[in-house]
Amino acid sequence: MGKRVLLIEDEPNIIEAISFILSRDGWEVDTHANGIDAVDKVKVRQPDLVILDVMLPGRSGFDILRELRDNPPTANLPVLMLTARGQTKDKETAAALGVSRFMTKPFSNAEVLESVRVLASGVEAQHG
Amino acid sequence: MSRSALTGSRIRERRNMVGMRQADLARTVGISASYLNLIEHNRRRIGGKLLMDIASALEIEPAALSEGAEAHLVARLREAAAEGGKRIEIERVDEFAGRFPGWAELVVEKQRRIAALERTVEVLTDRLTHDPFLSAALHDILTAVASIRSTSSILVETPELEPEWRGRFQRNINEDSQRLSEASRSLVGYLDGVDDIDASTTSPQEELEAFLGSYDFHFAELENAAQDTDTQDILAGSELLRSSSARALAEGHLQQYLRDATLVPLSRLRSALAAHGLDPAALAGHLGVDLPLLFRRLASLPKELEYGPIGLVVCDASGTLIFRKQIEGFPLPRFGAACPLWPLFRALNQPMLPMQVDLAQAGRSAGHFRSYSIAQPVGEISFGKSMRFEASMLVIPDDPAVESTHEQVGVSCRICPSATCGARREPSILAEGF
Repeated sequence: MGKRVLLIEDEPNIIEAISFILSRDGWEVDTHANGIDAVDKVKVRQPDLVILDVMLPGRSGFDILRELRDNPPTANLPVLMLTARGQTKDKETAAALGVSRFMTKPFSNAEVLESVRVLASGVEAQHG
Repeated sequence: MSRSALTGSRIRERRNMVGMRQADLARTVGISASYLNLIEHNRRRIGGKLLMDIASALEIEPAALSEGAEAHLVARLREAAAEGGKRIEIERVDEFAGRFPGWAELVVEKQRRIAALERTVEVLTDRLTHDPFLSAALHDILTAVASIRSTSSILVETPELEPEWRGRFQRNINEDSQRLSEASRSLVGYLDGVDDIDASTTSPQEELEAFLGSYDFHFAELENAAQDTDTQDILAGSELLRSSSARALAEGHLQQYLRDATLVPLSRLRSALAAHGLDPAALAGHLGVDLPLLFRRLASLPKELEYGPIGLVVCDASGTLIFRKQIEGFPLPRFGAACPLWPLFRALNQPMLPMQVDLAQAGRSAGHFRSYSIAQPVGEISFGKSMRFEASMLVIPDDPAVESTHEQVGVSCRICPSATCGARREPSILAEGF
């Protein structure tokens, strides 16, 4: 495959676990652990898909998603949101901002893999 | 049917209670059983000597038969009926209370219980939704669980895992499990303290409110005190102020109380109240003080003056509630933002303009209130500096008889049943009608 995934997550052990399973599945995984310059990182790395946590140091995942969607080059970039905040209003907020998929922690590795494969292949309709 | 017309029902009720036959009672008071039967079915009026004789025979005060003990009961039944639906025979409430006092008491008691339980649900829901500690604790737990689940899956599902990776993941699980146990212990400790909702305090402001509540918001020691009176004695005696932040808030409140009491001594306030009643504009004019100060003095009146419950809420320019004195029927949110329809917030948009608005609380805790609000600058005023504003709202129970003039407001969106409110920020957890 060789496609690039950018994992924006601040929990080191979750970063390690997700990086491991994606790498073993053939993905090139890049990681970033804070929200402040996450959008810049996306612009520089130009990943095929972003896995984005909601609660990040410096800036929330919702703000990052909003900026990605407002920026034409990343407006259709597949974004998988992973969060411990599973409240209905958070899902609604993510959907309104154009998230591609929304998963709550704790997640299964199989679910994450399946979501990444589907989103990167473009099978699943993009946001909206 | 009026209460006085139900004397017969109460006679029958009392006679049955003491186990006396109708014929025996009739004979004792010197009337025929058939005439007593008419009286007991409220078909003959009764008073004077005959009433006194019957009361004596039934070993009860005559007034208890003529007026009934159910005046309060009827009032409570009317309140319950107002929240109960459309098909309640409200015009027969006196008859119901008179003929079935036991059932009526049960209805009132159940209604009181429902209201208390709803309040508990509201407080807990408000806490679960907005409590920053709970939110952070649950986030920690879910994050640790997610990491453990993902890492352990790798260990189980990857038999060919290199020893270096295996060791690394085992260390990660160990770290996360320690973190999980600490977060869980912390959460359990916190939830253990929620048994008594009213007593559980989590923020300095809640500690302050518990402290002020323990004094009924009135400090007799400060009423006739000099400006340099040491408030530390009062603070030192309270176990409710656990944090240094709460003590600092309480110290600030008591100092302001002292300044207010010096400007408007209780004796002057009582004289003004005797002349004008609870009319804030007239009182402020009479006393020559601004409304926020007058509101604070009214909210700290001693109970024995019997001006009834007086609530007060103060917010800063961000809309954050910085002082809360709650009264029954007008609950104030412990966490999160309040109802945006409160005149308190409207006052912020029109500084210095006094507002009098009659309010009705939505939902089963429905009560009717008169509110007085104003926003004024606070702190030092100087040229070239922007002014800092605070708004104050005084809340006094009002007569529900003129309901049509009351604006409907809530507590906060999360626990407000009003489905059509245009100011709603988020969906309510309350189903229609709860």
